[in-house]
Amino acid sequence: MNGIKNLFAGRWGIIGVGILIGILAPLLQKWGNPGNMGVCVACFERDIAGALGLHRADVVQYIRPEIIGFVLGALIAAYLFKEFRPRLGSAPIVRFVLGMFAMIGALVFLGCPWRAALRLAGGDWNAVLGLAGLAVGIGIGTLFLKGGYNLGRTQQTHHTAGWMLPLVMIGLLCLLLIFPQVPGEAKSGVLFYSAKGPGAMHAPLAVSLGIGLVIGILAQRSRFCTMGAIRDFVLFRQTHLLSGFIALIATAFVVNLIVGQFKPGFEGQPVAHTMHLWNFAGMALSGLAFCLAGGCPGRQLFLAGEGDGDAAVFVVGMIVGAAIAHNFGLASSPTGVGPYGVPAVIIGLAVCLFIGFTMRKRIA
Amino acid sequence: MSKTVDARGLSCPQPVLMTLDEIKAGTSTEMTVLVDSDASKENVSRAAAGKGWTVAGISEDRGAYSITIKKG
Repeated sequence: MNGIKNLFAGRWGIIGVGILIGILAPLLQKWGNPGNMGVCVACFERDIAGALGLHRADVVQYIRPEIIGFVLGALIAAYLFKEFRPRLGSAPIVRFVLGMFAMIGALVFLGCPWRAALRLAGGDWNAVLGLAGLAVGIGIGTLFLKGGYNLGRTQQTHHTAGWMLPLVMIGLLCLLLIFPQVPGEAKSGVLFYSAKGPGAMHAPLAVSLGIGLVIGILAQRSRFCTMGAIRDFVLFRQTHLLSGFIALIATAFVVNLIVGQFKPGFEGQPVAHTMHLWNFAGMALSGLAFCLAGGCPGRQLFLAGEGDGDAAVFVVGMIVGAAIAHNFGLASSPTGVGPYGVPAVIIGLAVCLFIGFTMRKRIA
Repeated sequence: MSKTVDARGLSCPQPVLMTLDEIKAGTSTEMTVLVDSDASKENVSRAAAGKGWTVAGISEDRGAYSITIKKG
């Protein structure tokens, strides 16, 4: 197993994973997922919040099997390679709040860093503003890191604790199988479904779950992280993770060209708006929150799969953040930012700065 | 003299930052970095190599890695 292990930790390992995600994500779109949303961790967790009725935005309700696959794939990889390490206790409530605001920022932009990359690769130039905001947010985060910011040490814990988010994901999968979508119906058993809108667009369950599992396994092995890609470059001038992120964008661009999904422009892009300042600021908030929490939303799922209870708390924070974003009118729509999206971004930035400035205790 | 950097329980980039700080301090030509995740082990090894240090050895003890790195 050691040979495989070293392979994925190397330069070609991370590039290979980026290329594979760059192939699979546009294909998921071709097979049913919404435009430039082959994989979007923020959007998909938001859809899960909707399916559970935590918010009632009826166009974004679906238990996305990709998210389940990400966590369970990482769990499988962690067990196969003896890396399942149950741990928690590094400022969980702070991670919850960071997760909430990371999601709120992402829903103002309409996508997480993964989707920002896919939007760019699909010709949605609004993503340039989002990615610039992401880089600036992460850049601010690295200043805090240099100044001694940290969330403290984790503790080893019971295996049960490490299994909590994977078990929740298995539970969601059971719900999805017990209460499958009834065409045209908004509800099936306890689950809400979308009859129209992005929530109604999805690849077949087995395809979504299978691809989610494959990405989960490979991302756990390679430590793929879209936030770390930019952070490590800014902080250390290291291009290891960045090469994977760039490989994803380049590959997705080529695949989009081949399958006819590349449509360049600012206007009329799928699930996107053209309010440049708030595309930038929403993603800046997200980037800062991801940086302070130590991983992009995908990486948080993979970490949760390998037993990191703090990452699991961040994920739950994101799901709650999605519910708040839609219930309070913070989330954007293709017509522009929500009625309270702008103050939410400003409050979120203030909260993140407060956390960054005040959690600088030297590590014992 | 060999220094020890204890980064157990810390997630990246902290272990890397602590290692690079110690390398930058320039007071030692050999140090031991303690981490407890495989990602941190890889990141610290990669960062040390990037600064021209070599990984002299890695030992594992109850889920924690002890990475010995040497200058040059």
